[in-house]
Amino acid sequence: MRSALDIARDVRSGATTAENEMATSLAAIRARNDELNVFLFVDEEGALDAARRVDERVTRGEDVGALAGVPIALKDNLCQSGVPTTAGSKILKGWRPPYSATVVGRLLDAGAVPMGKTNMDEFAMGSSTETSAFGPTRNPLNVERVPGGSSGGSASAVAADMTPLSLGSDTGGSIRQPAALCGLVGVKPTYGLVSRYGLIAFASSLDQIGPFAKNVADAAALLEVIAGHDPMDSTSLPELAPSLLSHVNDGVAGKRVGLVRELFDGAADEVVAEVERAAEALRDAGATIVELSVPEIHLGLSAYYLIAPAEASSNLARYDGVRYGLRVDADDVAAMNEATRTAGFGAEVKRRIMLGTYALSAGYYDAYYGQALKVRTQLIDAFRRAYLEADLLLGATAPTVAFAIGEKTADPMAMYLSDVFTIPTNLAGDAAISVPFGTGEADLPIGVQLLGPGRSEAGLFAAARVLELADGRS
Amino acid sequence: MASSLRREDVAKVAKLARLTLSEAELDEFTAQLGQVLEHANDIAALDLEGVVATAHPFGLINVVRADERRASLARDDVLAMAPDTQDGRFAVPRIMGEAP
Repeated sequence: MRSALDIARDVRSGATTAENEMATSLAAIRARNDELNVFLFVDEEGALDAARRVDERVTRGEDVGALAGVPIALKDNLCQSGVPTTAGSKILKGWRPPYSATVVGRLLDAGAVPMGKTNMDEFAMGSSTETSAFGPTRNPLNVERVPGGSSGGSASAVAADMTPLSLGSDTGGSIRQPAALCGLVGVKPTYGLVSRYGLIAFASSLDQIGPFAKNVADAAALLEVIAGHDPMDSTSLPELAPSLLSHVNDGVAGKRVGLVRELFDGAADEVVAEVERAAEALRDAGATIVELSVPEIHLGLSAYYLIAPAEASSNLARYDGVRYGLRVDADDVAAMNEATRTAGFGAEVKRRIMLGTYALSAGYYDAYYGQALKVRTQLIDAFRRAYLEADLLLGATAPTVAFAIGEKTADPMAMYLSDVFTIPTNLAGDAAISVPFGTGEADLPIGVQLLGPGRSEAGLFAAARVLELADGRS
Repeated sequence: MASSLRREDVAKVAKLARLTLSEAELDEFTAQLGQVLEHANDIAALDLEGVVATAHPFGLINVVRADERRASLARDDVLAMAPDTQDGRFAVPRIMGEAP
């Protein structure tokens, strides 16, 4: 599939039409969706409408936007008015939101064509897309492997050339880890850079929406479209979207890159080797490599698996069978609530709700949730110190290449450990990118991770572009 | 240092979270959640006296706007997705044991 920027350029010039690009995307979806289980809903009618509107605007000579006629896939926790949205859960089966997320409105304004909603771990709780109530998604590069998660459907859509772009959400690595496992660029933006209005909440102090793309420039263009202040999200940063695409080729000359031991310790040897090769490539491009140790990173996993479930247990209290979604009838309201939640939530969601409820309950609050919040402070301080010595940090995204379907489903702790390198960024509220770099076992892609302080996206894209070129992709 | 998780703790938490667990689920969740909490003991055991808690990466401030009338979602659009409605409102089973 051609790049998003090439498609947009050709739609604007009239060399192709949005309707034609939409049809190409639809054909690719039809060819492999049954096999891979990528889309939970394909919005053929809506996509055709959106594409025709773009073509009409081109015909009238209007400025159609940066993503004119570019097909895009949306993770199924992003609300789009009138389009079925489940967040991968039976409890929302059949629900059609009465409003659209801010990011969906911005995509449409930029001329993008939403093709439908992609599979995900239920309420984004998982690292493999296997906790979806609607069955697992398969990795298009090897169908016996997981695509990663929780945004596994959005990653697979791009990896299978169904759409050149997609959106996911990243609470503890849910964009970067599937990007690594599917050979894509995936971005977790600075907390607050992208509005969360219309994103079904998992853990509100950690959730961020971000892009998947095949290449760095496409990812930068997409983030530029969706970023910027939104009065509908009280945690939205005050400024307009930053300029990103124009900085993609800035390079890394004179930059200090921190190679952080704790961000690859314990990863497979082949992953560590690629991180070291990435450091070499950045050095060859003029960066200085500084070896750093940030021991607080080791505490991130524990803090995350208390904070995120605690916030989830509160956010998911709204699924009570009253206003939307599933209702299982019972004699009184409390029994109806319980019957609805018991039937509607899957095992992983129940585990996290209970973990969060426990961490917040009287007698355990101080030992668990309270401690986790203090560890979060320590981690933020540790990153701040690291960024005095380095402009950006380098590490692995995931400990291994894509693992087998079913390999970790019986052992939640093993699954949680897949997020060990991505979680610290969410706790800190910072930005990070996963970029494909080399391959490992079974010829599957490896992703390396570039991390920066808040609002450092332009520099991260520039460094990611250096690695993309060094890895032989133009 | 936090104590280890017992089966009755999980049963109590499930009740608080409005979830019904089978006997088999109680066993399974007790073991699995116990494992996660055991991992979390690395932070439960830290001496963090005097460290300020961070609930939010950049700190939250109240956002206010002028109290002006503006468009909202139409009531019918919202009620259209409800499991049960009556007279333009959400309908639920009885809340207490009063006569219907």
